[in-house]
Amino acid sequence: MAPTVMATSVAFPQAAPVAVFKLTADFREDQNPSKVNLGVGAYRTDEGQPWVLPVVRKVEKMIADDHSLNHEYLPILGLPEFRSSSSKIALGEDSPAIKDTRVGAVQCLGGTGALKIGAEFLRRWYNGTDNTKTPVYVSAPTWENHNAVFSNAGFEDIRPYKYWDAGKRGLDLEGFLGDLESAPDHSIFVLHACAHNPTGTDPTQDQWKQIADVMKQKSLFAFFDSAYQGFASGNLDKDAWAVRYFVSQGFELFCAQSFSKNFGLYNERVGNLTVVAKDQDNLNRVLSQMEKIVRITWSNPPSQGARLVAITLNTPELFAEWKDNVKTMADRVLLMRAQLKEKLKALGTPGTWEHITEQIGMFSFTGLNPKQVEYLVKEKHIYLMASGRINMCGLTTKNIDYVAESINEAVTTVQ
Amino acid sequence: CYLYDEVSSLAPVNDLMHGHCCSLYNNILQQKNEYVGEHGHTTWLPPVRKIKQQISTDPTLTPKYPHILGIPEFTRRATQLALGKDSPAIVESRVFGIQTVGCTGAVRLGAELLRSFVAHVFISLSFLEDSLAGTFKAAGIEDVQYYRYWDAESNGVCVENMVLDLENAPEQCVVVLFAPGHRPTGAELSQEDWKRVAEVMKRQLFAFFLMSAQGLCSGSLEQDAWPVRHCVSLGLELLCAQSFSHNFGLYGERVGHLLCVLKQNLLAVQSQAEKLVQTLWSCPPMEGARVVATVLSNPAHLADCVKAIAERCMLIRERLRERLRLLGGPWQWDHIIKPGGLYCCFGLNTQQVDYLVQKKHIYLLPNGCLNVSAINSRNLDYVAESIHQALSSKL
Repeated sequence: MAPTVMATSVAFPQAAPVAVFKLTADFREDQNPSKVNLGVGAYRTDEGQPWVLPVVRKVEKMIADDHSLNHEYLPILGLPEFRSSSSKIALGEDSPAIKDTRVGAVQCLGGTGALKIGAEFLRRWYNGTDNTKTPVYVSAPTWENHNAVFSNAGFEDIRPYKYWDAGKRGLDLEGFLGDLESAPDHSIFVLHACAHNPTGTDPTQDQWKQIADVMKQKSLFAFFDSAYQGFASGNLDKDAWAVRYFVSQGFELFCAQSFSKNFGLYNERVGNLTVVAKDQDNLNRVLSQMEKIVRITWSNPPSQGARLVAITLNTPELFAEWKDNVKTMADRVLLMRAQLKEKLKALGTPGTWEHITEQIGMFSFTGLNPKQVEYLVKEKHIYLMASGRINMCGLTTKNIDYVAESINEAVTTVQ
Repeated sequence: CYLYDEVSSLAPVNDLMHGHCCSLYNNILQQKNEYVGEHGHTTWLPPVRKIKQQISTDPTLTPKYPHILGIPEFTRRATQLALGKDSPAIVESRVFGIQTVGCTGAVRLGAELLRSFVAHVFISLSFLEDSLAGTFKAAGIEDVQYYRYWDAESNGVCVENMVLDLENAPEQCVVVLFAPGHRPTGAELSQEDWKRVAEVMKRQLFAFFLMSAQGLCSGSLEQDAWPVRHCVSLGLELLCAQSFSHNFGLYGERVGHLLCVLKQNLLAVQSQAEKLVQTLWSCPPMEGARVVATVLSNPAHLADCVKAIAERCMLIRERLRERLRLLGGPWQWDHIIKPGGLYCCFGLNTQQVDYLVQKKHIYLLPNGCLNVSAINSRNLDYVAESIHQALSSKL
């Protein structure tokens, strides 16, 4: 009788479902016609539909009709023209670091994959050859998967750094700087390049300068997570300011880029880990070690999405069209922010709502407490995260009145 | 300060195994991992291009995050392909599948799933500087041991040694088994051999099959899957990593599948798999899996194509054997045509392999293993003569 090796239930407890996916599942099952999904992090049009960027459709067809493409494995580090053009997007065409040939990249499976490879490298090589005890700091709050990625890469000490000030509904700069000061030297800090997830609250340029100062003094490692470039302000360069500032200050850093949101390529897993090293020799060593790590994770990355992005970024007319498409998405979000704030103010909703337009990107931390959130979900069929985070893309001209009224109700009737 | 002081310089990774552009021209034979056609290039299965064009113009396909475990239609069909539609495991709902990033992704994910209760992994002894051991170690299964597989004397598998080694395996051990298509030797076990191996596996060993080229070895999808199906019929729990790179020509798309056959606790294992996937790649890429799922809706398509590929490989083997036989010498060549599929082993020594690389510009895999698809009517004579010279010369 064959043994039940795997089914030993001791080894396999049921994992708790991920909150955001559960939210979407509940939303789907809800039969109420007024239901609104302000949960999951993907772009929606004013019709509430996902949007294939026109430039993407164009390039997809080009690729499908191109008989000259070879179908072989990509190199382990990915499609070269994708890697270089993606890094240029993050650092700027004229980046001094690129001119100094000390910038390289690894094509990865989405932003997650880029974080993964970066984390695995740092655990092995960052500061000595065993960094399992090196502290990794993630913002409080942060994207819920950050913790899991670093933890699974072997880091045992993952800590929060102060970020969101619930009282003033903004950045807790003092707390942030304080945590930077008290962090052990050489700690790793995961920074959101722009459009902080989930709060939508970014440091100002001045505040970034202060942050960079402390990080330099204490030799803290900057690991940027850049999932919303272009999507936040509508302008690629503006959204990349923080990363570029750090580079100009001489930091060696990683930047995990995702093209899921700004290309709408959620399903092709297009990511890039940009590496800025001290010099070319170091860069080459880093990349050769990352190659080893990639080989034992997924061997080599998928070609479809990377090809699409590379063609778009490297063809002037297509690049211009893409920037336009990105601005379309960003503009719609800005419009919804402005309208939501106005409606809440017009209804006389208690509290301040400036943060709705001060925050940036896909998400907003409304400041609603868990009871108010529960009220919205249960009574009004408006689905949002227990943290009070809403996805602005879930708002449309058709449902914004209902949402504003419901928030007003929740705030006035539920304490 | 130099942040990565400790990073040691590395010789470049042996890219012969993770092939770059296939350039097959003049007298240079460059060995790679992919199946190449008579023209020297990789090709898609015939229906693939049309399907890709349909996908690119399909207005109903919307951009959104895929399910963490992949397209349900893909995993369902990949599972059926491996186990057969009427497999008891499927009928009894004891199986689930996960779409992964290629075969490597499937192995990595499987290893991560196993690490909480498995302490050792057994891999076939191979001459290849392979990443297989590294993948298990990275997943947290540190102790890698090897069982004997290729036997230079018989130019095939010595199943006696293999079974002996398995019988002496430690408890809590996962054993990596190669459904037909062993890399790099191509050497296979017979069905009788498999039955013996399966008996040993029953005693507390956990089977992790690698099935990277289903259909390409014997020409029959069912026959190549026989070892896996046999173990399932015995009631064994197992994992199986499948690749759709070779049999679809979809190398660049990274279409893989991890099949999990269990006795119970399916949902718990599935939920843990979801957690792990999120730390690796969040969710898998869609394009390739969509294509595969579409083709598999009518498996006869695939069956015909893999048969054609397998037949071509066999034809090349036969021609190669014939050339070598005609060139004379004391050597036996029957072992070239015994296994099917992409790989073939000549058992050359290091000097002979070096000679072929340096003097004849023929790049073989270590120990003189060869991807036979790279041989075609233009280079067959040259390859045969060169091998003959390598063996005859005093090296």
